[in-house]
Order: sequence, then C-alpha cells, then structure tokens
Amino acid sequence: MEDMIFYDRLQFAFTITFHYIFPQLTMGLSLMIVFFKWKFLRTKIQKYNDAAIFFMKIFAVNFTMGVVTGIPMEFQFGTNWAKFSELTGGIIGQTLAMEGLFSFFLESSFLVLFIFGEKLMGQKLHFLTSFLVFLGSWASGWFILATNAWMQHPVGYEILENGKFVLNNFSALFSNPWLLPAFLHNQLASVVTSSFVVASIGAFYILRNKNLEHGKLFLKTGVVFGFIASLLVAFPTGDWNAKNVATYQPAGFAAMEGIFKTEDAGAEIVLIGQPNMVEKKLDNKIAVPNILSFLTYQDWNKQIPGMDQFTKEELPSNIPALYYSYHIMVGLGTIFIGIMTLAIFFLWRKKLHTIKPLLWAIMFLVPFPYIANITGWYVAELGRQPYLVYGLLKTSDGISPTVSSGNTLFTLLGFVGLYMLLGLLFLVLVGKTIHQGPKPVKH
Amino acid sequence: MELFWFIIIALILAIFFVLDGYDFGTGIIHLFFAKDEKDKQVIAKAAGLFWDSNEVWLVAGGGMLFMAFPTFYASVFSGFYLPLIIVLWLIVFRAIGLEFRSQFKNKMWSAIWDTSFGVSSLLLALFFGIALGNIVRGVNLGGVENGISLYEGHYFFLPLWDSSFSPLTEHPGVIDWFTIIIGIIAVVTLAIHGATWIRLKTNSSINEKLKNVIFNLNIVLFILTIFSLVVWQTVNPDSLNNFVERPYLIIFPIIYFTGLFGLFFIKKIKKDSYGFTLSTLLIIGGITSSLASLFPVILPSTNAVNESLTIYNTAAHDYGLSVAFNWGIIGLILLLIYFIVQKRLLKGKIDEMDYGH
Repeated sequence: MEDMIFYDRLQFAFTITFHYIFPQLTMGLSLMIVFFKWKFLRTKIQKYNDAAIFFMKIFAVNFTMGVVTGIPMEFQFGTNWAKFSELTGGIIGQTLAMEGLFSFFLESSFLVLFIFGEKLMGQKLHFLTSFLVFLGSWASGWFILATNAWMQHPVGYEILENGKFVLNNFSALFSNPWLLPAFLHNQLASVVTSSFVVASIGAFYILRNKNLEHGKLFLKTGVVFGFIASLLVAFPTGDWNAKNVATYQPAGFAAMEGIFKTEDAGAEIVLIGQPNMVEKKLDNKIAVPNILSFLTYQDWNKQIPGMDQFTKEELPSNIPALYYSYHIMVGLGTIFIGIMTLAIFFLWRKKLHTIKPLLWAIMFLVPFPYIANITGWYVAELGRQPYLVYGLLKTSDGISPTVSSGNTLFTLLGFVGLYMLLGLLFLVLVGKTIHQGPKPVKH
Repeated sequence: MELFWFIIIALILAIFFVLDGYDFGTGIIHLFFAKDEKDKQVIAKAAGLFWDSNEVWLVAGGGMLFMAFPTFYASVFSGFYLPLIIVLWLIVFRAIGLEFRSQFKNKMWSAIWDTSFGVSSLLLALFFGIALGNIVRGVNLGGVENGISLYEGHYFFLPLWDSSFSPLTEHPGVIDWFTIIIGIIAVVTLAIHGATWIRLKTNSSINEKLKNVIFNLNIVLFILTIFSLVVWQTVNPDSLNNFVERPYLIIFPIIYFTGLFGLFFIKKIKKDSYGFTLSTLLIIGGITSSLASLFPVILPSTNAVNESLTIYNTAAHDYGLSVAFNWGIIGLILLLIYFIVQKRLLKGKIDEMDYGH
C-alpha cells in the first residue's frame, strides 16, 4: 500500500514536472508573439514580423511537446487516481472538460492557421490568429488553475452519503478566492520564463555577432517584459498568494516559511537554513525578525502560528521539500528582479548590448525561471499534502484500488526512459531553430 | 441528460477516430507502400499537418467522459491500466516520428522516424480495436473469484493477456483471440481510411496503386466482418438482441455496410472525396453499431455477481450534467466554427499548397 501511493505520486510528479516545462513557455511566449505581430501591424517594420514567425516556430515545438506530455496527465487521473476521479469527477471534470473544449481547440486550430496561413489570410487576420492562440493558451491556464484551486480550497460542493463530491454551485468554481491570485501569479511567472528565453536568444545572437538587428530586438523586448513580469510576480500576486495560504492553509504556511516555534509577538522571516526534523528547528539559520508578520498582516507584532501549533496529521507530509521549494522559488524570483532591473537600467542608457557580462548572465540564467516555476507548483502541491482535496480527501484514499505497485513502477520507468529521449530531441530541435535564426530582414 | 452526454461523447470519440484515424491509416500505408522519398515526405505531411489538432478531440472526449461519467472513467482507466499507458507511449512515438522526420535531410534519420511513425500508427490502430473488442466482450467486474468480489463491484483489473488467450475464461486478458480479430478489423479499416485520405490530399505517385490496395483490403474487411459477427455470438450470445428490441438502432449497421459495399466500387469512383466519405461511414458505423449493441450498457460484466456499468449507474449528478449542457452547447458551436474555418483555409492537395513562408 505504501509502495503504491509512493509510485503513483512519483509518476504523477515526474510526468507533470516534465510536462510543465512546455506550457509555461507557450503561455508567456504567446503574449509576446501577439506583441510582435501587433508592432508589425502598426509599424510595418519587417523585423517584428520575423520575430513573431520565429517565436511561433519555437512555440510550435513546445506546443507539440505539451500535447504529447499533457495527454498522460489527463489519463493518469483515471489510471492511477481512479478513486479520486470517481469521487470528485463530477466537479473537477467540469473544469477539465472545459479546458479541452474551450482552450485546446482554439489553440491548436489557430496555431496551424498561423503557421501555414499567412499568405492566405492577410496580415490583419494573421494577427487575429496569433491573438486566438494566446487566448486559448491562457484559457487553458485558467481552467487548470480553477481545478487546482478547488483542490486547494474546495467550494460549491456537497458530499453525498457514499462519499461522492457533488457540484451544487457552478459559478463558485470560478469565484473561488484561491483562483484569481493563483492564476495571475502563474501567468506572470510564465511571462518571466518566456522573457528570459526571448532575451537570452537575443543575447546569444549579439554575443555571436550574428542576426544583430533581431538580436537587439529580442533582447530589448525580453528585458522589458521580464522586468515588468518579475516585479508583478512578487508584488502584488506573490504576496496575495502567500496571504491566501496563511488564511486557508495555516499549517502549510508555517511549514513553507520554516517556522517551527510560535513566537510570542512578531514572526521572523527565514532567508536561509536547513530544516532539522529531529530537533524541530532550522540549522544554520539566517532570519530577520518581525518581517513575516509585517508582510503577511501589515502588523510587526502579529502572532503567526508555528508548526508546534498543529498535529502531525494537519502538517504537510514532507516539510523540508516544501520549505526548500518555497525558498528556491522566492530566492530565484529575487535574483530575476535584480538582473532585470540592472538590464533595464542599461537599456535606458542605450548600452545594454555592449555590456557583455550582463549578456552572458542573461543567457545562462535561462534554466532558472523554469526551476522557479516548477518549484512554485511544488509549493502549492506539497503544501496541500496529505490531502488531495484540502481537509476532505486524503491522498492515500485517492489511488486506484486495483492497480498494483509493480505495474505502476513499470510504467514509471517507461515514462522516465521515454521522456529522456523526448527531452533530448526537444533540445536538438530548439537548438536547430535558434541556430537557423529568424529570416534576415530585407533592405 | 445521461443520454445527451452519452451521444455527445460517442460523437466526439467517433470524430476523433475519423480524424486521427486517417493519421493512423496514413501511417500504416506509409509503412507498407510509400517507397520513394518524395512520396514519403508528402504522405507524412498529409498526417503531420493536422495530427495535433486531431488529437485534441481525444483530449476533449476524455475530459467530457471524466465530467459526465466519472465512475466509468475511473473504472475503465484503472482497469485497462497497462494498455492505456502503452497507447500513451505510442502516441508519443507517432508524434515525434511525424515532427522529426523532415528536420534533417539525412536518409538514416528519416528512416528511423518513418518507422517510428508507421509502426506506432499500426499498433495504435490495433490497440484501439482491441479496446473496442474488450468493451463489447465485457470484463470481470469486481474481479470475482468463486462468487466473491475482490474489489468494489465497479472496479476491475485486466492483465495484458491470459495464457489461454481465450475470451471465454473467468479472467480474460486485454488481448485474446476475439479482441485480436477486432483489432485487425480496426487496422484494416483505418488502412483503407488512410488510403482514401492520401488520395484526397496528395498527388503521390502511388495514388493509382492505392485504388487496388483499398479494393483488396475491403475484401479482407468484408470477410473479417462476417467472421467477427459469427464468433461474437459465441463470446456474447445476446450481442444482437438490442437490434431486435430497438429496431431503429439498425441505422448504425446500415451506415457501416453502406461504407463497406460502397468501397467495392472504389475503382469506378471519380471523386476522391467520395472514397473518403465511404471510409468515414465505415468508421462511424463500426463504432456506433458496437455501442448500440450494448446500449444502455457501456461495459458489460462477465459475471453474475456484479451488474454491468451503464450510462445511468456511472453518471455524475444531475446538477453538474445540466450546467455542463449549457457550456457544452456553446463549446460545440465554437468548435464547429474553428473546424470549418481551418478545413476551408487548408483545403486542397498538400503538395500544391503554398505554406506562406
């Protein structure tokens, strides 16, 4: 039984982590493609159109990867989490089905048209298709976040005698207080990823001294989007989410912030330290007093319950993993703000493309927004444990009753092997697209 | 409400098999008949241009099944655990085969991905047929042994096969001689469908030859169809009762046989779109007839202890189904619009198309 839950969780965690490499780029990138296409319509300067088409190629590769790794996510609800599906399908089935119907079709139909239809449609319609691709991809994020919000903070349901969750208020699914902050935070974080990708391809071209005109455009656009998005990710949306966690999942809040003991007055904010689960304290701690209380409640002396206030049952099952995920996300977010602020300063002085160390830094930082996005999701998912539906349905009660651990391990190993191949091919293909570069501007 | 959602989901899945079915079929034809590089390229493109927008029908169908019949979704997906995961892997191999073959101009490179595309398409067709075979055959719901259920009555687990490969044992596996026959029917049907699609969408040099291929495959299909109807009687003696009790259901087999007989005239048919229409009828007729033979059951129980799963005992609660009716209608109208826009803009032969850049 323990084995089964472990393999089921590990398979889901592995496949969703791999999957989320792709949508986080496509969501952010689709917004930037709309921007490039709009600039082209306004200015008729060819390089903007080149940029839109070039990034749509990268988008398409990522979209393909997102589709083939996304179907296993939908299937796994049934294959590995059958009891969860049976009990809650009447509710989360709504939002998942809406995602399929309202966003995937939009995104995939108009992606094909964007790529193959420029000459057939003319520029205005071509802009419209890019906008519809953007709309589809953000709608997809909205429905997935609505599903997750329900699991984090269930609303609009009743529980029947046989344990089934039944929907009794459809609109509550979308007015869930958890949803809007989580959605905005998630979408802005995906814009951070795409900004870094766009800026780093620009930096790469400038450092290699090729495609200079496009390189400068990519760098500038990436830095401007990245600066705005990385600020908004932290404030107000990150702040708003943290307050939600403090309100609705106080045990998870204490664990992610690493507060073992409740302080008499204000709670300190932990910057660095390793959770020591034996002695129930943080080793090698660096902390600033009273800041957490102020950030959360705008009151320096407000008491915040520590982990000592909760029973083992109420606390997340893996406290160190939750704590590290949260601190990695926040730490990286802070670095992004720093780098982007520096870059925007030099952009304003019109010499960003000459500052080589900064260009190298931007180029090599590309993996980190991905890590920040994924650890951010780990915070949400680990913080919800040991529940699937917070406070109501235990993770251990959601697995498929008939699938043995041997079968799950078999498929887990298969996914690991297949996804390694897939990841390799993905890198080759994206590398090739970047190497070919955007079409040269005609003069 | 249950009936409405059953019809909608059946329709969406049938459309999925028509649309992605031609991709599978194209893969099968590609594997066996495409010889020179130009043909290989254009035939792969006939599938490659559309596969991901076709595959979203599966995602949408799956999502709606989850929403409307959660108990069925949970039972079937966990019960057919291994074949479903294998299907997922095959979908990945199919996709990367299509996406990667033309990335580098190198014979060995494209040969690898052509094989990946072809073989996974063939196996997908086989597995989907086997799945249909399992649904009409039924499963040991509750895992009953000596009259006692091992699990709750609506759960089961099937191994890939049982050493006897017989559908008549107490614990049949996913693959037995009956489901294999249905699997082969699916392969042949989709190969025909793929061939009519290639004729419709390309000017490949094998188009003339494909007429003969379709004709010959159709003879095989005809024989297999009759054979499967006979053996179906031994596997499930009540299989045709529904058509006697509800005679209007006969419309579905009529659709199937219209396609089947029509395709015997493939050599005389002038318009390629007629051939494609006939193979579409074949697929729609085949799927709907199988579902109609069971209705309102959607997964028969092979034991006397646990009752079969029906659209009524696996459905979500009324309120949810009614709400979904409202957004479902809007969604389906939008879907139809995208579909028409896309197919109109990208009509015509693939090799004559100007891609814009």
